[in-house]
Amino acid sequence: MIEFRSVTKRFPDGTLAVEDFNLVMPSRKTTVLVGSSGSGKTTLLRMINRMVDPTGGVVEIDGTDVASVEPVKLRRSIGYVMQNSGLLPHRKVVDNVATVPLLSRVPRKKARADALALLDVVGLDRALANRYPSQLSGGQQQRVGVARGLAVNPNILLMDEPFGAVDPIVRAELQRELIRLQRDLDKTVVFVTHDIEEAFLLADQVVILKHGGRIAQVGAPAEILAHPADDFVASFVGADRGRRALHVENHGGGDILVDSEGRLAGVLAAASASEAKAGPVSGPGASAQGQDPR
Amino acid sequence: MNLFLQALNWVLDPAHYSGPNGIPVRLVEHVAFTGLTLVMAAVIAIPVGFVIGHTGRGRGAAVALSGALRAIPTLGLLTLVALVVGVGLEAPYVALTILAIPPILAGSYSGFEAIDRRTIDAARAIGMSEGQIVRKVELPLGLPLLLGGLRSAVLQVVATATLAAYVADFGLGRFLFSGLKTNDYAQMLGGSILVILLALVLDGIFAAAQRFVVPRGVSAGRFEDTRARSTRLAR
Amino acid sequence: MSWVWSNLDLIWDRTLDHVVLSVPPIVLALLLSVPLGALANRYRVSRGVILSAAGLLYAIPSLPLLIVIPAVVGTSARSPVTLIIALTLYGIALMVRVVADGLASVDPDVRQSASAVGSSAWQSFWHVELPLSGPVLLAGLRVVAVSTVSLATIGAVIGVKSLGSLFTDGLQRGIQAEVLSGIVMTVLLAVILDALIVAAGHALMPWSRTPLPVRSRNGAPGGAEA
Repeated sequence: MIEFRSVTKRFPDGTLAVEDFNLVMPSRKTTVLVGSSGSGKTTLLRMINRMVDPTGGVVEIDGTDVASVEPVKLRRSIGYVMQNSGLLPHRKVVDNVATVPLLSRVPRKKARADALALLDVVGLDRALANRYPSQLSGGQQQRVGVARGLAVNPNILLMDEPFGAVDPIVRAELQRELIRLQRDLDKTVVFVTHDIEEAFLLADQVVILKHGGRIAQVGAPAEILAHPADDFVASFVGADRGRRALHVENHGGGDILVDSEGRLAGVLAAASASEAKAGPVSGPGASAQGQDPR
Repeated sequence: MNLFLQALNWVLDPAHYSGPNGIPVRLVEHVAFTGLTLVMAAVIAIPVGFVIGHTGRGRGAAVALSGALRAIPTLGLLTLVALVVGVGLEAPYVALTILAIPPILAGSYSGFEAIDRRTIDAARAIGMSEGQIVRKVELPLGLPLLLGGLRSAVLQVVATATLAAYVADFGLGRFLFSGLKTNDYAQMLGGSILVILLALVLDGIFAAAQRFVVPRGVSAGRFEDTRARSTRLAR
Repeated sequence: MSWVWSNLDLIWDRTLDHVVLSVPPIVLALLLSVPLGALANRYRVSRGVILSAAGLLYAIPSLPLLIVIPAVVGTSARSPVTLIIALTLYGIALMVRVVADGLASVDPDVRQSASAVGSSAWQSFWHVELPLSGPVLLAGLRVVAVSTVSLATIGAVIGVKSLGSLFTDGLQRGIQAEVLSGIVMTVLLAVILDALIVAAGHALMPWSRTPLPVRSRNGAPGGAEA
């Protein structure tokens, strides 16, 4: 469990990135911080592994104040995946994945063997192991980034807009892959994005942030969609317009769903749609909302 | 071509291979002096370049300094220092070190600067210590440009060390100046050929080293002949 | 200081000598580098040959070059022509790469649109590619000018009169002021020539008030890339 208690961050230039932030991120669940730029989401994420130190308040992991742990040691125990993969350009894929184990003095042979196994886990062909990052596609690089994040078998995986720089088709693929991985690995995932679709798809718990790290609403995707806390949230998740605002129209005795712009969205299939996302924190099958066929 | 034959004869004449004014001694002097100057300049310039490349501070000053040094004539600097310090090895040593600093400085700060900040950020985020970041990320990625700077500095120093024989009794440049004094064109030309060969050999070594250290994953061409951007202060 | 006041005529004469020695190589280097650079930019093979040759030339120390040139070209060892040839060669060694890179940096779209409106390759080169790489060329020319002026002083060692003569003479007679005034005048001359080139650039290329290269990799903006 990761807990933020009245955390504040003021940067040396005076910008107040986060003020009095309180949140619990439950273990083995995916928490997605979503907000536009300036919402402090990345700052919050980076406070977990002490890439940023708060100027006030406490960040705890399972009851331990992170400030009491030496940063390098802390970071090696937490997986980190960033937007542009952040791979070392001068090292082969397999060595990139094995970077942290090698730093922690795991024997080279074992580190490499583990790294190869991780390539399988993230769905990469082992034949790519001896390539350099620049020889991979953007999507492949992100997979390597995820494999590197998993290399120390961390309990916590931090992901900072990891799919932000790849094209929509590859992004959808990587998102599905992450859902599968999370089902198998059961990590505590903290995921940052500005894309509310992505947040709803991946999250058990969605945290919608306003400017300056103020929480607009926390909850399961279905809860937020069903009961947006205020107009800001409603407008942010788009519940009031476009493809989310559906209504039923009757055509010759059959009901069809139409969105607010008049586009046909589908039909109302009697039972299944309502069963998946009921509880406050539901399983990773967030896509079961199904109102948004891609 | 007759002139070159005479020069070649002069170079191959066994009489020129012994004593304190023999080719081997002069060559060793030249190379040793070049090496010492480079080491001194590198010891000063690389740490400064590292700080500039890291913080971005002082970049303007470094650029202005190399610009200014480009305009200052080497021969003038050599003679001025000789007049102030006195004839001997100290004067050229000081002058050459000063002249070798800008290219090394430029190579090192551009080397460190050229590294993607996000790569360094990621290295830190996955748990590399600051020392590991320098050793395992910044040095390997910055080395090709740094070597490029050293390469320009070597050319610079070999050339200026030749001129320095004008104010001090050392190096291959002696053959040029004593030939000039006595109108012995064979000696002048022979000495010149030796200096040119030395410069080309050293340049070749550095070119090879540069190619060798370019990390294979880093796209070729990015570090293509960095000398072109380095100063040619004087020769 | 008293040496300077009583020798103003000498300083002025040497400065004029220096201008006569250093301006022709700058102009020649520019004129010769444009066709060579264009050739280097056209074919893979010519690029390799020309740029390697420039690299080798660039590696040759100046004084030995001054001594070798007479043996190759047949000029007199102590003639100003020898010095002008050497300085031109160095200028070309530096400038050819700048020209090749400058031409290569021209946006391919622009080049294609030029040929799309019916320009011949020749017209496209003179009216599109060369002007567009102008700022890069200008930056390179500034570097050539400054280092040529500085390098020209070396001629004094082989007996070609220039501001460098104030160094050799000053050393022999032990007059620091003479050496110092030679340095100051050399730097001053370099600064003036540099300013003139910048002004000429502004007059010829009113569309680019800031003479910066299109891409930083293209090398030496006057003094800025070092």
